[in-house]
Amino acid sequence: MNKNTQIIKSSLLKRKRSEKYFKYFGLTGIIAALLFLTIIITSIFTTGKKAFKQTAIKLEIFFDPKIIDPENKGTEETYKSANYKIVIKNALLNYFPSVNKRIDIRDLTNFISSSEEERLLEMILKDNTLIGTTKELWLTASSTIDVIHKNLEMLNITEKDRLIDNKEKKWFTKLLDDEKLKFQFNKTFFTSADSTEPEQAGIWGSAMGSFFTVLVTLILSFPIAVAAGVFLEELAPKNKFTDFLEVNINNLAAVPSIIFGLLGLAIFLNVMHLPRSAPIVGGLVLALMTLPTIIIATRASLKAVPPSIREAAIGLGATKLQTVTHHVLPLSFPGILTGTIIGMSQALGETAPLLMIGMVAFIVDVPGSFLDASTALPVQIYLWKSTAARGFVELAAAGVLILLTFLILMNSFAVYIRKKYEKKW
Amino acid sequence: MRKTYFIATLLAFGFSSAAFARDQIKIVGSSTFYPFATVVAERFGKTSGFKTPVIESTGSGGGLKLFCKGLGTEHPDITNASRRIKGKEVKKCAENGVTDITEIKVGFDGIAMANAKSGPVLELTLKDVYLALAKDVPVDPNGDTVKPNPYKMWNEVNPALPAAPIIVIGPPPTSGTRDAFNELAIERGCKTFPGRKALKKKDKRLYKSQCRSVREDGPYVEAGENDNLIIEKLVADPGALGVFGYSFLDQNRDKVKAAKVDGVFPEFEAISSGKYPVSRSLFFYVKNAHAGVIPGMKEYVKEFTASKAIGSDGYLVDKGLIPLAENERAQFEEDGTKLTKFDGKVLNK
Repeated sequence: MNKNTQIIKSSLLKRKRSEKYFKYFGLTGIIAALLFLTIIITSIFTTGKKAFKQTAIKLEIFFDPKIIDPENKGTEETYKSANYKIVIKNALLNYFPSVNKRIDIRDLTNFISSSEEERLLEMILKDNTLIGTTKELWLTASSTIDVIHKNLEMLNITEKDRLIDNKEKKWFTKLLDDEKLKFQFNKTFFTSADSTEPEQAGIWGSAMGSFFTVLVTLILSFPIAVAAGVFLEELAPKNKFTDFLEVNINNLAAVPSIIFGLLGLAIFLNVMHLPRSAPIVGGLVLALMTLPTIIIATRASLKAVPPSIREAAIGLGATKLQTVTHHVLPLSFPGILTGTIIGMSQALGETAPLLMIGMVAFIVDVPGSFLDASTALPVQIYLWKSTAARGFVELAAAGVLILLTFLILMNSFAVYIRKKYEKKW
Repeated sequence: MRKTYFIATLLAFGFSSAAFARDQIKIVGSSTFYPFATVVAERFGKTSGFKTPVIESTGSGGGLKLFCKGLGTEHPDITNASRRIKGKEVKKCAENGVTDITEIKVGFDGIAMANAKSGPVLELTLKDVYLALAKDVPVDPNGDTVKPNPYKMWNEVNPALPAAPIIVIGPPPTSGTRDAFNELAIERGCKTFPGRKALKKKDKRLYKSQCRSVREDGPYVEAGENDNLIIEKLVADPGALGVFGYSFLDQNRDKVKAAKVDGVFPEFEAISSGKYPVSRSLFFYVKNAHAGVIPGMKEYVKEFTASKAIGSDGYLVDKGLIPLAENERAQFEEDGTKLTKFDGKVLNK
């Protein structure tokens, strides 16, 4: 064995070792990232899943004709003007006969969510033969009771630090022992908009707001961005001006989103006087933000189409526009769509620019059009997270779960399209 | 043909500058006030037959800025504030034509200082708070000259306090809570030094900058306008002290406990009687010129000032609002029904 082989042989071991170390380094990084991701997802999931169920209290409701329809008129107006709080109060007092002080009665009626008054009214409107009968119903509990029921260990802390006082604890334990409490599916969460009472708040209003906003974004940014991308890549001459444009588009993609919000405030609200808090303005702002993303994706996928396709088309006498619309664009469409979907999911998760144009607000009505005041999913999560009442903590986590689900769906759709239609040359 | 449509739509977007009619009240302002205003708005929307008002939490200063921008449906109708309107803001309003406003005071809010349940019980004085958190502190006992705040431990400030590092998590300067904290806690602590108090007469500007600034060298941590976040941070770090509104303390008594300030705990009675030193008033301001244009404004003000909302047994009291004395509330209810014009001159007293 000569000297050179010796050197190579001894260094080989060292080089292989350093390669092994490098591999382990990378692996550790990925494992650490996965670990953190798991921790975040589990913590959100364990908090958030609590919001999908809510506490209900079983009560014997007597639809007292004396309260609902004292003069026996039988009209809708009389039903609507009746005070159903008294109906619920009587049912509670029936169950707790020993409660008689005014303040105690008030605290006791606070066990039931105020939304249940409307539910009783709706039942009567649907079927007025209920009046005069007694019915066993599961009524939604107020958020405080719900929080206690979900965290029973809270009963054991001292009265001063507890959410409910000793007499309320006594009532609560009686209901619990008599099996008058159960968890039911929280339908309100999926059907209503924001509320100040956690048990009446839902994600639907903000989901609709996000839908309208992202729809406006899509309608505006997709055609403009694809046209811009095609122009720059296929039709525009290569000169200083187009180079300048290219640099600017790449720069725009890196501009912090809040800047677009400021722009929206200055132009769409202050100059054009579009309504504040409306999805149309949110969509316009987010469209500006997603434009560069889609333009860059469009250009990249146009570039990926081999020149032979273009040459063949031109060789057969097609014009440049025909070459693009008949051949190049259809072939690059999967890539463009992927870029668009990624841009849309970016827009869906954005809050900062919406803050400037008034979409971070308390809105109870579910928006029905582009011009109605509305919030968006991430904004709703932010708003719930900063509210005092305890029940909102889990609502915020549940909101994160919903948002994540949408994002994962959109991104996997993008992956699916790419996998299915992408052509390898 | 299709191209023409496309261009037409674009043009329509560009030139649709006609004012949009609005049948919904728009409210902006304080984040401390936000939880109270939303409760009233929701009830109002359910019971009155008007649309539920839209409420944005912009901070007191931000709200007044938007409010004072002018008249017309693109500007908010009401702004909430966790401090009184300033003379500067009244002037700004007047410049933009907003001259006729009504001031409604709704109640009080205490600012609590609290730490995690597992932490030590703290008994602070305003002087301790000042010495621990001010940017500049007095060199001599009389307080004639100042130096940058050197204190790192609580027991350096006051030997009776524990030997723990000073970490206070509180709101950022844009928050009304911070304004109030600077004025009610830091400045009053500052005034306990005769030399500082004398400075107020000599050089008011210097006094303000020295007696109302919070240190920026680490011990005061700005947490953003999210009181829940402060509470989570306190639980994670039992050595830290947090600054936030009374309603958050009330909702999280199983997690945090309040510190005594000048011997008083921030309790309901102590705040409403004024015994607890760090409490401020909450206001909202109504743009009277909008009252005839936007439906439901008068009714909203009425709902808010009614005894069932902010009276001593009102539903906002359950949410943590500290109510006004009954005769004062009745006065503001009357102002609300008549939309009495606010006289900016009272601010200059």
